[in-house]
Amino acid sequence: MVLAIGLGIGFLMTIVTVGYSMGKNPFPERNDVLFAVQLDAGNPDNPPDNPDNIATQLTYLDAMALMESRQAKRQSASAQSYVVIVPQDPDISSYQASVRAVFTDFFAMFNVPFEYGAPWDHQADGNADQVVVLSHATNDRLFGGRNSVGLTLSFGNDEYVVVGVLKPWRPVPRVYDLTGGSPFDSVRDVFMPFNTMVDHNYERRGSVSCWKPLPTNDYQGFLFSECTWIQFWVELSNSEEKAKYLEFLNNYATDQKKVGRFGRPVNNHLRNIEEWLDYHRVVDEGVQVLTVIAALFLGVCLINTIALMLAKFLARTKDLAVRRALGASKFTLFAQHLLESGFIGVIGGLAGILFAWLGLLGIRALFDDPDIVYLTSLDVTMLATAIAIAALSTMVAGIYPAVRACNVQPVAFLKV
Amino acid sequence: MLVMKDVCKNYRTETVETIALKNVNFNVDEGEFVSIVGPSGSGKSTFLLVAGLMESFDSGSYSLDGEDVAHLNDRARSRFRNQKIGFIFQNFNLIPDLDVADNIGVPLRYRGISRQERKTCITDALETVGLAGRRKHFPSQLSGGQQQRVAIARALAGKPKILLADEPTGNLDSQTAQGVLDLILELHHNGSTVIMVTHNPEIAQSAERQVRVQDGQFLNGSD
Repeated sequence: MVLAIGLGIGFLMTIVTVGYSMGKNPFPERNDVLFAVQLDAGNPDNPPDNPDNIATQLTYLDAMALMESRQAKRQSASAQSYVVIVPQDPDISSYQASVRAVFTDFFAMFNVPFEYGAPWDHQADGNADQVVVLSHATNDRLFGGRNSVGLTLSFGNDEYVVVGVLKPWRPVPRVYDLTGGSPFDSVRDVFMPFNTMVDHNYERRGSVSCWKPLPTNDYQGFLFSECTWIQFWVELSNSEEKAKYLEFLNNYATDQKKVGRFGRPVNNHLRNIEEWLDYHRVVDEGVQVLTVIAALFLGVCLINTIALMLAKFLARTKDLAVRRALGASKFTLFAQHLLESGFIGVIGGLAGILFAWLGLLGIRALFDDPDIVYLTSLDVTMLATAIAIAALSTMVAGIYPAVRACNVQPVAFLKV
Repeated sequence: MLVMKDVCKNYRTETVETIALKNVNFNVDEGEFVSIVGPSGSGKSTFLLVAGLMESFDSGSYSLDGEDVAHLNDRARSRFRNQKIGFIFQNFNLIPDLDVADNIGVPLRYRGISRQERKTCITDALETVGLAGRRKHFPSQLSGGQQQRVAIARALAGKPKILLADEPTGNLDSQTAQGVLDLILELHHNGSTVIMVTHNPEIAQSAERQVRVQDGQFLNGSD
């Protein structure tokens, strides 16, 4: 019985853990204040192939307009790029590093933890200063983990000053950065001011969608095109601020219509983190199908458990008849057996955790990817869920055997 | 103490109806020791199950300790049985997984008696049946006679109003049987009301009144 429940729970928890880690909100405390901005500025004749046909990213024109308006408490345009780092240490060879270009508000919005230094300031944003914040891994790689604030880095011919170094920080999924690469990858190597990236014509990376030809075939042409490639997040303290900001977006869209842009009906959106994860279908459909299969497997295990419990409970009918004779009511016996079912369930749940742990180890071995550890770790919530599902489902499975057991006819058993 | 009037009980299957008790009129006074004798299949055990509220009956009336028990629901019947009736079975019916003390404590647990009080009741009951040194033994470690003594201790630990014994010596050799019978007699002399079912006329004669049962009918139940 314990083995049957353990296997069922183990399989289910293995799959659910992966799905849970994929879809878990890494910033639950910020869910109601951070919103991804969507402007419906797409092709009127051939809108984006999204659930509601609205682009998930903004054009440079719109992102900069929203940044300049500063209508939200905090706001940050954000995009992906890359640079070639030329380390000062001759023992470390040059390498290509991924860049997330953001505005300084980004760090406060996503509670980014700093090991050394601090984010750059608004002035650095405006001036497109050559400053960077390094990820913990990058600082380890370039400076051996020591405090590198104030030191300089060479990106080709450009010198950058390190103003901050992050603590180890790994939001899973990387909700602010869902359009380039896997949402479960580690954070980018380097953070730099958005305007600095633009000023230096650093090539962008990640998804881009253009529905009109570029006005000119150079970097400036790309910036002032209808190509969407920038993610945009705002912080709004309450529902009134959210409504006000949405109204601002709609007014902005109406104004843009007047100058010949935004050919589709006004349809802008602000989505909180959980809505954004759902919208992007971060949890793979295959995982959802597997979850259903695992739940069905648990169902089969429970049916097996019902049969085993029925046999176990009915094997003690003589004892039950004696207990009835000694004053146990049917309800007392029913409750006793249901409690026993729950106990079996808890033991099965513990066995299930062991199987789930083995299953997750198996997945790690199968994929041979160090990052997979972030999707295959059992946390306290999952452990408690495993025990609760096991106890509850086994108690439900125990109802029928318990009813049968407490309805034994004493006459048939009290005489040999 | 126990009053049955015109009690009838039939067992029905799809094809057969068996009359187990037919218009039983039977009285037992407080402190009385009554034996019920009759051949196998005469309805003795059915009577004991009906009297012990383990089985319902089809018609008639039954009151025990002044209370009409015919229409009690399962919970009330169980509570009544637990507080006022002590069962002694032919085959002892001890729970094999529990030691002697825990076996005796089962009805006390269902009554919600505290651990300390339970311990006292168990000790008293074991001393009464002469098995004070066996409280941690399991049933399989005891002889038949000792097991029946434990069963008697279990029956009387909760100080019930009436003891119902179904062939209490049926599975014992004659010497051991006499010991168990002496114990039941001693309980009776100390004030317990006892109804004992047996098919053995010699054992039946130990009681102060004997009632004969035949084909579900009590021939002299209201004496």
